Order: sequence, then structure tokens, then C-alpha cells
Amino acid sequence: MAEVTMRVWRGDANGGDFETFTLKQNEGEVVLDVIHRIQATDAPDLACRWNCKAGKCGSCSAEVNGKPRLMCMTRMDTLPKGTVTVTPMKAFPIIRDLVTDVSFNYVQAAKVPALLPPPMPEGGYRMFQEDVERGQEFRKCIECFMCQDVCHVIRDHEENKAHYAGPRFFIRYAELEMHPLDQNDRRDLIREDMGLGYCNITKCCTEVCPEHIKITDNAIIPLKERVVDAHYDPVAWLGRKIRRKPKTSAADAAVQPAP
Amino acid sequence: MTDVTTEHHEYDVLIIGAGGAGLRAAIEAGQRGLKVGIVTKSLLGKAHTVMAEGGMAAAMGNVYPEDNWMVHFRDTMRGGKYLNNYRMAELHAKEAPDRVWELEQWGALFDRTKDGKILQRDFGGHRFARLAHVGDRTGLELIRTLQQKVVSMGTDVFMECKVLQLVHDAEGRVAGCVGYWRATGEFVTFRAKAVILATGGAGKSWKFTSNSWESTGDGHAMALWAGAKLIDMECVQFHPTGMVWPLSVRGLLVTEGVRGDGGVLRNSLGERFMFNYVAPMFRAETAESEEEADKWYDDHSAGRRAPELLPRDEVSRAINTEVKAGRGSPHGGVFLDIASRRSPEFIRRRLPSMYHQFMELAGVDITREPMEIGPTCHYIMGGVQVDADSQETAAPGLFAAGEVAGGMHGANRLGGNSLSDLIVFGRRAGIGAAEYIEAGSVATSYNQGEVDEAIAEALAPFERSDGENPYDVQHDLQEMMQSNVGIIRNQSELDAAIIALDEFTVRVKNVSVKGGRAYNPGWNLATDLPAMISVSKCVTNGALRRQESRGGHTREDFPNADPELGKLNFAQTSDGGHWDDPVSVVESPILIMPDELKALLEEDK
Repeated sequence: MAEVTMRVWRGDANGGDFETFTLKQNEGEVVLDVIHRIQATDAPDLACRWNCKAGKCGSCSAEVNGKPRLMCMTRMDTLPKGTVTVTPMKAFPIIRDLVTDVSFNYVQAAKVPALLPPPMPEGGYRMFQEDVERGQEFRKCIECFMCQDVCHVIRDHEENKAHYAGPRFFIRYAELEMHPLDQNDRRDLIREDMGLGYCNITKCCTEVCPEHIKITDNAIIPLKERVVDAHYDPVAWLGRKIRRKPKTSAADAAVQPAP
Repeated sequence: MTDVTTEHHEYDVLIIGAGGAGLRAAIEAGQRGLKVGIVTKSLLGKAHTVMAEGGMAAAMGNVYPEDNWMVHFRDTMRGGKYLNNYRMAELHAKEAPDRVWELEQWGALFDRTKDGKILQRDFGGHRFARLAHVGDRTGLELIRTLQQKVVSMGTDVFMECKVLQLVHDAEGRVAGCVGYWRATGEFVTFRAKAVILATGGAGKSWKFTSNSWESTGDGHAMALWAGAKLIDMECVQFHPTGMVWPLSVRGLLVTEGVRGDGGVLRNSLGERFMFNYVAPMFRAETAESEEEADKWYDDHSAGRRAPELLPRDEVSRAINTEVKAGRGSPHGGVFLDIASRRSPEFIRRRLPSMYHQFMELAGVDITREPMEIGPTCHYIMGGVQVDADSQETAAPGLFAAGEVAGGMHGANRLGGNSLSDLIVFGRRAGIGAAEYIEAGSVATSYNQGEVDEAIAEALAPFERSDGENPYDVQHDLQEMMQSNVGIIRNQSELDAAIIALDEFTVRVKNVSVKGGRAYNPGWNLATDLPAMISVSKCVTNGALRRQESRGGHTREDFPNADPELGKLNFAQTSDGGHWDDPVSVVESPILIMPDELKALLEEDK
């Protein structure tokens, strides 16, 4: 009978090691199926995060043979023959086994100044498909955080997390900046506090995105241009000085009355 | 008891569950100035809402101006086979458009009509194209929008925290809950003036389900134990189109949007068999020929609707019959074909996730070949009985919204009505809780005995050295419920299920877990099992009592609807409040509809 061999990292913040499991091979299985079979038999305490098992929730991110992947969307039969190595995402602190502490991303999310739309007219806003499509691409993001994991600015430099939002939040900022209704201005924030300048467009994030969002080309590069234009263009600079929109914080934007 | 920490938090409103209903409730309560905490078993943004695909139903009339709340109300009641709490169906139909528009103020980007309004798509059981959507990832748009709103408000969110049990005050009011952090296994208590349950569904008790590991019926069970009533628990929706192959993804949802956008069902003979399964109550508005049905997709006045878009219970039963008659597909389903009917560009634009899902998981290109699909356990119509306007339950201080609440959908839910349910009744639960607090009679004490008991019970599996693996118990429970309390039921299988559930109760008391408390999925599952058993028992009890076939509940020994049973819900209460205590089932008459609403349904009679 055909078999699969899995080499799974096990441990916690204090350290750990690989444990090897050999199981029979089932047709059509994904990596997460095999992890689940290990849990159900040999190691019920093997920690992994998952929810939908359909590539929609972005919970089961891990590194399969060294590459960030959603375990639920990685067919075993697409991997090279031989032992499959599964490790937790490297850019985040370990909680246990394959589960990492991704709270960095939730801290960044809390810093994002919210959408600031004009009052809604009777019967709803009018927006056109071609105008919403740019933002829709970024809103496909399932927050698997694999782009954050693979981004060398934070993957190898923990200290940069203090002043770098990462690709997931650059697409969030790009989405808001391109939103047809938004009246907020986040350009200084993005340049000064979110560390957009650290990104040197190696496109690692785009390559791992399971939603195939063109993070670098469609979000980061236009965002860089927008921020730089605003900052160095003397006309824009003067405009800012004369009639600077009040900087709206996330908290201020949130106090909009409900309709 | 050793090593039990006493981390404690206090809130005005504590919300258990961070899907659409919980987040919408949090926004509402927060905007009313209350201190709000949200507890979720997963990370924020990962709740089951994220998996909803096709859209949210709201009679905005953007595509068909003749649509309005009255038509939506009628469709919902017909879909629910009139078992619905009419008041919930009425509020839902009236308020859904405002709730959808509100999402745009918080950043949602729906697909648009040519004149820039929110585009609406066709779905089963809805007379007009009514579902606001974003491709086939509408649930993601909903949860992300609400999540971002909640984060911008600074609401406290406790992630990866499993709630074990609700806690009462000395007068029997709900006063909070006790749970543990999954990351560390340390216990935590929450005290609150009002608690809103928004825990979603219970599909994980079945073998083939579209539900994630989270859907273990925690909220249903905790409400039952805390003194609330569960109604309509026998009404479980088996969605017609789940994947059937590969086995590892069996049950995974295939959106109804495939049929809404022109996909048809065929058997192994290539027949569009749904024309043979049009029940009398739907005949007047369903096409009789393929030509007529095909005209309808482009213009609803040119023909009547395609039978593939009958309500889900009708379609699931038809597929089940075709497979049993030997006309199924190679892996035991039927064929869902959109490839021969729409262009590859259209399919990839309208159904990107489905294209992706079949390509990556099954190696099937849905723009070139048909999908193999079959029914999958998807949704529970039954749930906690609530007051329609406030979402208050029979347990003072306890509110419920979303899938965990019962009544809105009657015996069968229409596709698209759940996302709108979440935002309509999530908001109403937030208001209900706020008004309850304002009225002043809130919990004054906190029963530490209940906390200690819940913690001791949660830790017990560590103390048994030779007990059973919780995964084995869960696996066997799923097999048993699938075969005995599945899509088609009968007396002898239900009787067998009752006996089996008593055996499972004993087995759950004997599970043991290995390892420590920190992020231990085996232990986490062991603490989910009591709820799964309680909910499975209630579903089985209800199915035994409802000796008729109605909506999501089909009895092969009582194949017809019984008008007398259509006048009542079966309400279940726990006799002692502990998970293994007996449950009582009583008849609870459905609300009597006012004449002006009855008139909207008259044409059906």
C-alpha cells in the first residue's frame, strides 16, 4: 500500500523538533487532511489552526517544504515524491506546533483609519463596476498572512515590525485610498508610520498569495507613487499647507452616526 | 483542583461568537454607549460567515423594481413551509435593504448594476433577483466589513477563547460565562449584564457537512442548559450541492449561485430531472419545459423560473431520489453543469472561487466539464426560541441571533436569507440587550459554583488515563447521525439514534486526552462533545415528534405535510441544566399572523 511520510515540527516558544509520521496514502488528499489523520490517531494534541478547509478563511497557513501554503489547498499529489516537511510560519512567534501568534496583524489592523464616506443618499450610493473592481481585488484577501510571513522586511528582522505594516496592510491602505467613497487621507501615515519605503518590490508577497492578488503591481507600486507624489510634488505640498484636510484617526472615523 | 487561574472580565454586553450576527450586535451595542466584549473560538474574521458565497437577500428592487418586502416575506414563508415565526420573517424582509446599504457606509464593495446600484442575483425560492453579492465570496465581504468596523470602534475581542458554559445569578438571570484560552488552556470568566449568543450552527455532528470544526452547536446547547428553549431542531438543511469527490472534500459547499447563473442538474442519462420533481405548491410559478426555463434567466417575464431553483429542501430530496434510483454520477452524486451553458469568461468572472475550488481540489475545470455534487448538511433552521423584536430568549439576560436562533426560517431556509438574517437580527439583539440593561433588572451576583463545576468537568479528561480518544467518539457520532438522522428519516432509525445517543453520552464521560492544556486540539474537541451530544439529541427528539414531512425534515414513514403539525413548533427544555440531563419536548403553537400579512400569502392557499 502506498504511504506518505510527514515530518512535522512540534514544540513551543522554548524550542522543539521534528516528529515523523508515516500513514497510508489516500486519493485526492490535501496536506491538512493528513495532519487531521495524524491528530485523530497518533497525536491528538498536534496543534494546527484551521476552519473552513476550502481556501476561504485563511486559517491553516504553514510552510510546506519551506514554502508558505494553505494546507487545505495543497494537494499531496502535487508535491515532490518523498517526505513532506511541515513547519509553522517563520515570521511569527510560535504558540505550539504549527500554530503561531499572528497578533502583529491585528495590531496593524487597529491602526488603519476607517473609511470616511459622504452621507448616503436616498436609495444608496452610486458606484460603477469599473470603479469598485480595483478595491474588490484587494478585498479578496482572506488574511492568511502568508504575504507577511514571506516578506523579508519582517521575516528576518523582527525589529522592523515596530514600523512596518506589511503587504497585507499595504493592500488594505491601497483599497481605502482607491475607494470611490473615501474622503480620508492616510498618505502621511502610510509614508511615515507604516514603512512603505522599506518594501523594495521583490514581489515575494505576490508569489505566495493564494487569492492571486497582484499585491506589488496593483497595490504597493501605485501606493508608493501616490504617497511620493503627495510628499514631493511642490504644488501638492503647498496645497496641503493651505487647505490641509484634518487628519482623521481610526477612532474619529468610527464615531460616525449609524444611518 | 489545581492550577486554575482566575482571569476575569466585566462587560455590559458580552457577545459569544464573532460571525456576522455577533459582530453586527457588537456594533449596535457599542454605538449605544455600552461596554462590549466579543468572545470567539477562532481568530477574528475566520468565522463560518466567511464561507457564505452567493449573497444576501434584500428586496432593494435594483434589478426588478417590482420587488418589495411583501414579496420577500411571502417567498420566505413559502420556503419555510409556513412554520416560520412570521414576525421575524416580516422584520427581516422589511429591514434587510437598510442593513445592506449600511454595509456600504462601512466599506463593503458589492458588484454593481449598469447604473451604479448594488447588483442582485437570482437564487432558489426568491421570485426576483434579490441577492446583493460580490462574485461568489459575499460572506467574506460581510465579515470583513463588520470586522473592520468593530476594530475601528476599539471593541474588545477575545480570540481563540472557548466558552464552556453560561453562568447565572442568584435569581436565575444569565450573568456571564466561563471558558478557556485555547493558546494556554488557562480558564477565564466573564461577567456581563446581558449575553448575546451568536455561535452559529451545529453541522459538525454529521459526516458530510459544509460546516467547519467550529459548528458544534455550542450556543444551542449552552442556551438549553441555561434555561432557554430550542425549537424546530428537527429542521436541518441539507444543501443540494456539496462536492462529492475527492472523499476528503466531500460535503464542501458549491454555491447555489451556480444554478442562479444558469447551471442545471442532470442525471447519468443526461436528463434535467428537476422538471419531474415540481411539488404542487410551486407548479404555478415553475417552468414546464427547458425552453421556457432558459428564457427566464434573461427576462423573468418571458417564462417561469427554472426548476433547479426550487427551494433547497425540494432539490436535495430530488437528488437523493435520483441517486437511489441508480441514475447518479460515478461518485454517488449527480451532475451540475454550467460549462455547456455559459462561456468560460462568464463562469470565471461570476464564480471565481468555485472555479478555483474545483480546479485545485478535484482537478475539474468547471468551464469545460460538469461538477459532481450531492446533498451536504449545511444549516440548522432550529434554534433558540426568541422574541422576534428583541431576540430575547426565555432565559432572562440571554439573547440569541443568527443561525443559533430559531424561527426565522421555519422548516427550510432560502439561500441568501442567512446573511441578511445575521445583520437584521444581530442589530436587533444589540438593541434588545441595550434595552434590557436600561430597564435595570440585570444580574446582581455570579454563581461561582457553576464556574467551578464547569472547570472541573473540562479538566476531567486529563485525569482519566485509559479513556477513549475524543476523535473516535466524534467520528462515530458523525457516522451515526448521518445514517440515522440524515436527509430522509424513519421511526426505526430515529429510535436507534436515541439508544445510540445514550451510549455516546457514556462514552463522552469516558474520554481521555493526552498532552498539556496549551493549544491541544484533542482536549478542545473533548470540551465540544457535550454540546454535540445535546444538540444531536434535540434534533432526534424533534424528528421523532414531527410525524410529517415539512421542509428540511423528511419522514419516509410520514411523507406528507400534516396541517395540524404545521400549526406548532416542538420546543425543548433541559430538565436539570446539565448536558446529560433529560430533555422535555412540548408543543408550542406558532404565532398567529395578522390578517394583512395573511393576505400576502392568500394566493397560495
